[in-house]
Amino acid sequence: MDTAPQNNIINEVTNKEYEYGFVTDIETDFVPKGLNEDIVRLISRKKEEPEWLLDFRLKAFRHWLTLKQPNWGHLHLPQIDYQDIIYYAAPKKRSEKQSLDEVDPELLATFDKLGISLDEQKRLSGVAVDAVMDSTSVKTTFQDTLSKHGIIFMSFSEAVKNHPDLVRKHLGTVVPYTDNFFAALNSAVFSDGSFCYIPKGVRCPLELSTYFRINAANTGQFERTLIVAEEGAYVSYMEGCTAPQRDENQLHAAIVEIIAETDAEVKYSTVQNWYPGDKNGKGGVYNLVTKRGLCRGDRSKISWTQVETGSAITWKYPGCILKGDHSVGEFYSVAVTNNYQEADTGTKMIHLGKNTRSTIISKGISSGHSQNSYRGLVRVAPNAINARNYSQCDSLLLGDQCGAHTWPYVQCGNESSILEHEATTSKISEDQLFYCQQRGIPTEKAIGLIVNGYAKDVLNKLPMEFAVEAQKLLSITLEGSVG
Amino acid sequence: MKDNDNNSGIVQQQLLDFYKSNEAAICADDTPKVRVLRNNALQRFQDFGFPNAKMENWRNSKIINALHGNFRMPALDEKHSEAKPFSCELCDMDTEIIMLVNGVFSGETSLKKYDNGMVIGSTRTAMKARPDLFDRYFGTTMPAETNGFYDVNTALWHDGYFVYVPKNVAAERPVQVIKLIDNESNPFVQTRNLIILEDNASLQLIDCDDSFNQQSSLINAFTEIVIGDNASLDKYKLQNINDNTSLLNSNSIRQFGNSRFRSNTISFNGGMIRNNIHVALDAEGAEAQVYGLYLMDKHQHIDNYLKVNHKVPNCTSFEKFKGILDDEASAVFNGHVYVAPGAQKTNAQQNNSNIILTPKAKIDAKPFLEIYADDVKCAHGTSTGQLDQEAMFYMQQRGISKANARMLLMYAFAAEISNHIAIPAMQERIDDMIKRRLRGELSSCDNCVLRCSHPKEYHFEIDENKL
Amino acid sequence: MLLNIKNLHVSIGGKEILKGLNLGVNEGEIHAIMGPNGTGKSTLAAAITGREGYEITEGEIWYKGKNIVGMSPDDRANEGIFLSFQYPVEIPGVSIQNFMRTAINAKREYNGQAPIPTVDFLKMMKEKQAMVEITEKLQNRFVNVGFSGGEKKKNEIFQMAMLEPSLAILDETDSGLDIDALRIVANGVNHLHRPDNAFVVITHYQRLLDYIVPDFVHVMYDGRIVKSGGKNLALELEEKGYEWIKESNL
Repeated sequence: MDTAPQNNIINEVTNKEYEYGFVTDIETDFVPKGLNEDIVRLISRKKEEPEWLLDFRLKAFRHWLTLKQPNWGHLHLPQIDYQDIIYYAAPKKRSEKQSLDEVDPELLATFDKLGISLDEQKRLSGVAVDAVMDSTSVKTTFQDTLSKHGIIFMSFSEAVKNHPDLVRKHLGTVVPYTDNFFAALNSAVFSDGSFCYIPKGVRCPLELSTYFRINAANTGQFERTLIVAEEGAYVSYMEGCTAPQRDENQLHAAIVEIIAETDAEVKYSTVQNWYPGDKNGKGGVYNLVTKRGLCRGDRSKISWTQVETGSAITWKYPGCILKGDHSVGEFYSVAVTNNYQEADTGTKMIHLGKNTRSTIISKGISSGHSQNSYRGLVRVAPNAINARNYSQCDSLLLGDQCGAHTWPYVQCGNESSILEHEATTSKISEDQLFYCQQRGIPTEKAIGLIVNGYAKDVLNKLPMEFAVEAQKLLSITLEGSVG
Repeated sequence: MKDNDNNSGIVQQQLLDFYKSNEAAICADDTPKVRVLRNNALQRFQDFGFPNAKMENWRNSKIINALHGNFRMPALDEKHSEAKPFSCELCDMDTEIIMLVNGVFSGETSLKKYDNGMVIGSTRTAMKARPDLFDRYFGTTMPAETNGFYDVNTALWHDGYFVYVPKNVAAERPVQVIKLIDNESNPFVQTRNLIILEDNASLQLIDCDDSFNQQSSLINAFTEIVIGDNASLDKYKLQNINDNTSLLNSNSIRQFGNSRFRSNTISFNGGMIRNNIHVALDAEGAEAQVYGLYLMDKHQHIDNYLKVNHKVPNCTSFEKFKGILDDEASAVFNGHVYVAPGAQKTNAQQNNSNIILTPKAKIDAKPFLEIYADDVKCAHGTSTGQLDQEAMFYMQQRGISKANARMLLMYAFAAEISNHIAIPAMQERIDDMIKRRLRGELSSCDNCVLRCSHPKEYHFEIDENKL
Repeated sequence: MLLNIKNLHVSIGGKEILKGLNLGVNEGEIHAIMGPNGTGKSTLAAAITGREGYEITEGEIWYKGKNIVGMSPDDRANEGIFLSFQYPVEIPGVSIQNFMRTAINAKREYNGQAPIPTVDFLKMMKEKQAMVEITEKLQNRFVNVGFSGGEKKKNEIFQMAMLEPSLAILDETDSGLDIDALRIVANGVNHLHRPDNAFVVITHYQRLLDYIVPDFVHVMYDGRIVKSGGKNLALELEEKGYEWIKESNL
């Protein structure tokens, strides 16, 4: 069959500009390039941190020195020169950020351009935003509303100053710095991020959101998010991210830790749209992230939803440790790769408590020359009786130059648990395309439509605010890229 | 982990020393090609040794623990008396029998030639008698991803079985290979087998691993299989060995255009078993059906590793492995379907299901799909669970005892694999063995059962139509 | 003339299916195309709608004064050609509402119009659904997913009503329908029939033509129209069977 017209569409689409590739011209405070104990100390000093936190960083750094960059992913992650990276960059501030008037207008404009208004008046619905540019938090909105409920939502650095005991109690308890190479690196040099605490019995009235933006060149982004939901608390949290278009690769190594106590529920949604590199695979962000939630209390629930469209390389496995009895873990993922992007993403569901349940729905979509892997571990400990897992991991291939891979690891250690894993691989059928075309829908739009339909189960899990954005993103990333 | 690594180092050295002092005898009959392959493999083995448990393909496999370092290298001219009583579970079937004792051909005529051109017998004799034929096929199936076990086998092999079915010949009767381990102490056996089906040939082959006694041993068997255009091979593997035996059973299959390979690996007993099956679908229209069943109990461990390589378009592969794990048994399923760029219209289905009967049994399943072509139909699934409680109750409500209901369900689960056996007499036997195994009556450690040619009556009859 | 097919030759994978077919359809007419299985009826529908893999080796398809050979399927659709599929495909995750809105807006974009306002669209959905007796629930279901045979065909007629084509081709729309569904489908078609549009009804049986009365009946055999006539031809076929046509063409 003649595929020439479709190839033209591929060309058209791959030439499409990354919408968020602009650079903000703002005066930035850097630390010197490279990584050693002095840099770690300098970062800690700049952030006026207490001694215990510096200790934590130094321990992490020393441990990191003993580790090697992992290479087990189905990725072509080059050996990164860790001495060629700037570990701290922050927009120079005029004063302590408090009111909107005091935030640099250039920064506000940047976030406006990204569609993230920091002006509370301008925001339509109830979403509180913590905006992070490079290494620091720019502004956190709706703090007053939240504090009425006893909810703490602020940048990580502020939390260290204002709520040191809370941070100290939970930091590193879900992702210890010994967890892996990038977790150790982050623990040594993390700059900022968000901290969120929902007290006992409180249902957070707003969607909480952090927006991450890499701006400065040659700079790594190492943010750290910590969410604690006390007994009976509920919060829905969203994370978005973009980066400028640059020829060199940029490193992003973040950590997210979530703790859910008895009867607490945390929903964590991500729309990841870091700069993916150009159509020849030049540039782009290395997105090497450790995200994990601990369902510590009985009947607690942690749910991860992710839409991954950006980054040159994605390496992330948001997981749940289901420690409490009857606790629930969920993972819903859509990962789209185009051009020369590579994604190795999935989840880890560790069943420790009794009667724990987990659900995994993963939809991978590969096109261009990209490689897209689902990698997921489901482990049921011998004492985790009556555990249940259902995993469904589907791949859709658009074109014959890309790859779609499924690497599930299912480990069952007792007789009362039921684990099921299913996966299929398919392409968009000619019949579906023709049917749409016959109704007057052009090929590009038809593919967007079919792909969005394919990813429906996952997109439905996103909060409204994100869902629309995510659908648009899917169509843009893939428009017409069928072979 | 460290200890094992050290031990495997000791075993490695032991094997290298054995080679050095027996080189002349080992290589005595080598063709130039075989000699080169030996040297290359030996070099790799010297450099890399055995795999370790940190390697992805060997993670959680206990076979590595079998490398404990007290092996005896069997003398190359070891002779075995055939007077020992052994009654094979499948002994009175209408088959051509090849007998190997400790990996060495045992019998009077070491190479049997048939009127239709078919040849069966000892690998070593075949190499001597038909060097041209031998060289044309030997070593041509080796998978790219080699490991210490393959290397040491290629370097040190002494004998094994050889089957050759020439062009356009359909073997009249199934070939049955009985491999016995009979030893006073802990041998490490390297068996090398070669099965050749030329274009349009067909063969059914039964390959059984049995043991005489309770002595421990480590068997490292490697079977190369070449299946020519339009040829068809049914290969049945039966494993019923004692709990002190460790068995590494590797198969490397190369399939040509429109060929068919059907394999059924049934593991009843064995201390530690690792089955490696590499299938290379090298030409269009080839089809591979790889089935397996494992029924493990006590501390038994089984590890099935399967790699199906769809190199070209329009090939089909089905993999289905099922297991029932009792007591403290553990199993690993490691399936890997690879679809190469351009291998369009591939149809690959992979499935692994397990029933765990006790709180201490374990399963570790890794069904991998690696796909580089878009117009393919690929799916895999794995499930782990227990017997269907609703079905149990349903049967009990109809008056069937809990024990029998349980047995019926387990049998139904297992029969899905044994149903794929195309030799009716054998299928009957295997079904019978499954029933006895599930009732705990078939055991390699129970000499009485193994040597008894009159299986006991059992209390339940299974009518498959009612399942 | 709305549609004028001249000496059409179509091959699939090198095998010639249509072997010089001629057909003229004017606005306001209903044409029935009948014939035994495998004579190229569905191939004709595919060729008119521009399906990939159907190679036009010779001949022309004139539609609204343009030779549409080579035009993309979606452009043809937006020019007003609609095909009711014999086997409508399932599109999981895509709601009918979303699907229809996308299709209608594609057509409006093609004609240089702004997207349809949501209120108008929903109103239109409701109206057209009522016409084919579709319950309200259908709109949020995914396109053809889990539909019964009858529901699928009703859904096709519903889409036809939404898109208001100039030329509608019904490919074996009656197959697999019970008598109630058949009546609903036929009512829909009769309702939509206007002096400025035309229908080509492909069917194997006369049954449908009791409900949709054709102006012309054509009999296809071996890639050509071998006999044309009025609606009575269908009755004659019903009585004598296709063997009669086959024999007279040997």
